[in-house]
Amino acid sequence: MPTHTLRAKRRRSALRTVAFLSPWLIGFGVFFAYPLVSTVYFSLMKYDGFGTPAFRGLGNWAYVFNDYPLFWPALRNTLWLVLVMVSCRVVFGLGIGLLITKIKTGTGVFRTLFYLPYLAPPVAATLAFVFLLNPGTGPVNSVLDGLGLPTPGWFTDPTWSKPALTALALWGVGDLMVIFMAALLDVPKEQYEAAELDGTSAWQRFRYVTLPNISPIVMFAVVTGVIQTMQYYTQPLVAGKVASGIIGGSGQQFEPGYPDKSTLTLPQLVYNLGFQRFDYGSACVVALVLFALAMAFTALLMRRRGGLIQAGD
Amino acid sequence: MSGKSKNVIPSAPRRTAAALAATASLALLATACTGQSESGATDDPNARTTITFWHGWSAPAEAKAIQENVDRFEKAHPNITVKVVGNINDDKLNQALRAGGSNGPDVVSSFTTSNIGKFCSSGAFLDLKPFIEKSKLDLDKLIPKPMLDYTQFEGTRCALPLLGDAYGLYYNKDAFDKAGIKSPPKTWSEFAKVAEKLTVSKGDSYQQLGFMPTYHGYETVVDHYMSQWDHAYFDKDGKSNIAKDPAFAEMFTYQKKLIDDLGGFQKLEKYRNTFGDEWGAKHPFQTGQVAMQLDGEWRLGMAKDAGVDFEIGTAPMPVADDEADEYGKGFLSGTIIGIDPQSEKQNAAWELVKYLTTDTEAVVSFANAIHNVPSTFAALKSPDLKVDPGFKTFLDIAQNPHSNTPPASVNGSTYQTTLQDFGYQYESGKVTDLKAGLEKTAEQIDTDIEQAK
Repeated sequence: MPTHTLRAKRRRSALRTVAFLSPWLIGFGVFFAYPLVSTVYFSLMKYDGFGTPAFRGLGNWAYVFNDYPLFWPALRNTLWLVLVMVSCRVVFGLGIGLLITKIKTGTGVFRTLFYLPYLAPPVAATLAFVFLLNPGTGPVNSVLDGLGLPTPGWFTDPTWSKPALTALALWGVGDLMVIFMAALLDVPKEQYEAAELDGTSAWQRFRYVTLPNISPIVMFAVVTGVIQTMQYYTQPLVAGKVASGIIGGSGQQFEPGYPDKSTLTLPQLVYNLGFQRFDYGSACVVALVLFALAMAFTALLMRRRGGLIQAGD
Repeated sequence: MSGKSKNVIPSAPRRTAAALAATASLALLATACTGQSESGATDDPNARTTITFWHGWSAPAEAKAIQENVDRFEKAHPNITVKVVGNINDDKLNQALRAGGSNGPDVVSSFTTSNIGKFCSSGAFLDLKPFIEKSKLDLDKLIPKPMLDYTQFEGTRCALPLLGDAYGLYYNKDAFDKAGIKSPPKTWSEFAKVAEKLTVSKGDSYQQLGFMPTYHGYETVVDHYMSQWDHAYFDKDGKSNIAKDPAFAEMFTYQKKLIDDLGGFQKLEKYRNTFGDEWGAKHPFQTGQVAMQLDGEWRLGMAKDAGVDFEIGTAPMPVADDEADEYGKGFLSGTIIGIDPQSEKQNAAWELVKYLTTDTEAVVSFANAIHNVPSTFAALKSPDLKVDPGFKTFLDIAQNPHSNTPPASVNGSTYQTTLQDFGYQYESGKVTDLKAGLEKTAEQIDTDIEQAK
């Protein structure tokens, strides 16, 4: 075949490939590459959203890391939630999933009961939790008090505010329960039978049969959980505002991250800086920190996952 | 299974991570579509046109009141039709001002007085000077000075006041009588004695608290306290003055002592957690849980609507002992109204702004309807203004030459939030060195302002 015909064939083939890829390429370019490049660009600019951006170099980065008093508390809180809340949700979701798969009667009722809270709008669910856990008038502390147990300050106490948010997240664990339940039902029964014939205990069957089979799902739950927690915004904001008692009014200053900055998360800073203080440059810096953290966690977990699968196999 | 999953799972997190970054970035990118502040409107104010007015009121009675005012305006300006959109908060407003477009508002308003610096300096609100000059309005003769101050920034008048809020003291007259207190306190030292006298303990809590002094006690925030001391937030160079002006240290010291004298921070916080919502019927002043409350003029109507079973007294908040001659002053704020710089109907928009803010009938009827303080001298003196003795207190506060509001700043209310945050630390005992704390807070305020310039 002549060289020019071959070249033309390859060119057509390449064009065809690009044509088939074009929807993805356009989506990637418009919704990922361009915004990402823009975010990096604006992180180096002074820009209030109205005037013309002016070059500021690394000034915004220096401000966020050295002079913005809310950044480090928000980062610490976000990391705390990533480590504790995500772990608790995965363990709890898996536990509920296991429980539901073992129940013989009324399975549908229990599945519905555990899944329903997930459907509650975040603002409504958070409001309900703040009222339930109100240390002065809430029923939870009334019961604890009646039992002679300590009554925490929950959303009004910096030590307890994040555990209270974790409790709220556990209440809405229905999404993970459904995913784990599907994975658990997918584990081949023959493997359990073989393990039982080998005289294994329940824990050993879970450790050496169940866990290896569902490990990709566990990893999926962890990775998506980490990313969702990086975006955690509505619940801590609503809880902080309502519990502080200052929900807005002429001349009022509400406390960010009430109590004592303990519910402040990085997405709240993006909003505060970008949309309330009109400091888009600094908001972009925080958005890039979030992006870097999400990438780092994902990369770390994906690397760990490889090892887990091998062990399971 | 595992092998299959290996091929399926890995790409999802990456895509989700990409989506996260894309979402965060896109949200910020979207802000790149902006408009510039311009003046020199070219539209014909006599031409038939429709303008859009965004406001923040949402209660049915408030929305009805503003609509009635707009109806009167349309009757007086038959060529202009006004499309009214209510329940607009600052976040929605900011987005619209940035995005522009033909569906955006022409006339805009905000409850957040302290954002005026941001609105004026960024050009988010149009400079009204050319319109005011064209209409030959002498604002000094029309509008009280504090209200004029909080609607401009560094000489740029980008807004006008649309009614105002004045803050004073509410007190439970029945509780006063029971405690043998004849009149409301006029100085802070008198106030402390009265608050203690009105406080009735019950176990490790209270049957009645004289006054909730903490900065989370609804309106008892730092800037509302500070209005009762002679003070200056900034020096002549625009630097934070809070560590140098002794008034700030005096206020923080006084408030902390009041907390200690009334039972201590922990006990008060525990009691505060039993309070109902500030805007609901279970407000602690309305339920009798506290006997005195710093609040705006709206509390009078709200308390009556809640059906309180005691007589309510109103008075100005007390002043520093050595500033007794300034008794009668208070904190002021209010709604600000302006024009979207991207509006193509700026002259028509100005007609509405001018009408709502300077027409005596419009101001009086709106003030009567929503129980706010009128924002013009003529309206304040109007015989049509419904004034009961309780409300008169706030009208007087609004006209007091010593009444004040925090100065506008280029980064809005950020400096107040920073100072308030220090207040939380100090009142709770987490920070004990007041001088060092104020110095550090002043540095932070200066850094934040520098960042915003």
